[in-house]
Amino acid sequence: MSIEWYIVLSSLLFATGVLGILLRRSPMVILLCLELMLNAGNLALVAFSRMVGNEQGQVFAVIVMVIAACEVVVGLGLIVAIFRRRLPLNVDDLRELRG
Amino acid sequence: MEAVLFFIAAIGALGGALGVIAMRNPFYSVLFLIVHLFSLAALFLLLTSAFVAAAQVVVYAGAVMVLYVFVVAYVGGGGESAWEPIPGQRFLAPLLAVALFVELAVAVLSSSLLALGTEGPDVKAGFGDPAAIGRLLLEKFLLPFEASSILLLLAAVGAIVLAARRREEVA
Repeated sequence: MSIEWYIVLSSLLFATGVLGILLRRSPMVILLCLELMLNAGNLALVAFSRMVGNEQGQVFAVIVMVIAACEVVVGLGLIVAIFRRRLPLNVDDLRELRG
Repeated sequence: MEAVLFFIAAIGALGGALGVIAMRNPFYSVLFLIVHLFSLAALFLLLTSAFVAAAQVVVYAGAVMVLYVFVVAYVGGGGESAWEPIPGQRFLAPLLAVALFVELAVAVLSSSLLALGTEGPDVKAGFGDPAAIGRLLLEKFLLPFEASSILLLLAAVGAIVLAARRREEVA
């Protein structure tokens, strides 16, 4: 398979993640859609690394995984904190910080 | 053979992604994300990056998804309201997503990267195996490696501060 197939698949997955973030209201599902977008970016990184024939892109993919793990930990911590305060788990109701 | 595997994995990845955004219960969304992550690991293997594929399965599909399942089980999947703060959001969002995909695809395919149409150069046998990635991480990319480990530590501390029960809450 040529590299452009992987890149087109990666942009398709990224657009799917964006669609999920625009459509869904639950912060949990929005975090999952962020994962989709990060993984699409990872696929593009690994595909380009194969295209160049150099492993450095894969190192960046591993570091993106670490960043995604950090994001998940903090995001799920926020969700648990929201749940503890008995606030609604809906991003449209949590709009106090909106200007 | 490679093309067949690619299309199976691509359908799995895309189906998993669509399942994540289509399911009303967050628990099923997490399960679909696991399907998506395993398909992506197969795609990474097709791109001869064994270490990234293994890390994907162990770190993502293993550890991170267990965290998600725990929190979904703790919080519970509530129904989402049908109220739309922006009128017509349900129709505008797919339009925007399709526009974004077309834009990304055009931007990549019309670029002057000549190697895009190839399968990449022939690589030696050890390309992308743990030894090669480990050598790169500990020699050339030592600073990003250490920075990301400090970031992980900070995230762990931050999550404990965020989710810990306050004293006055208990009383």
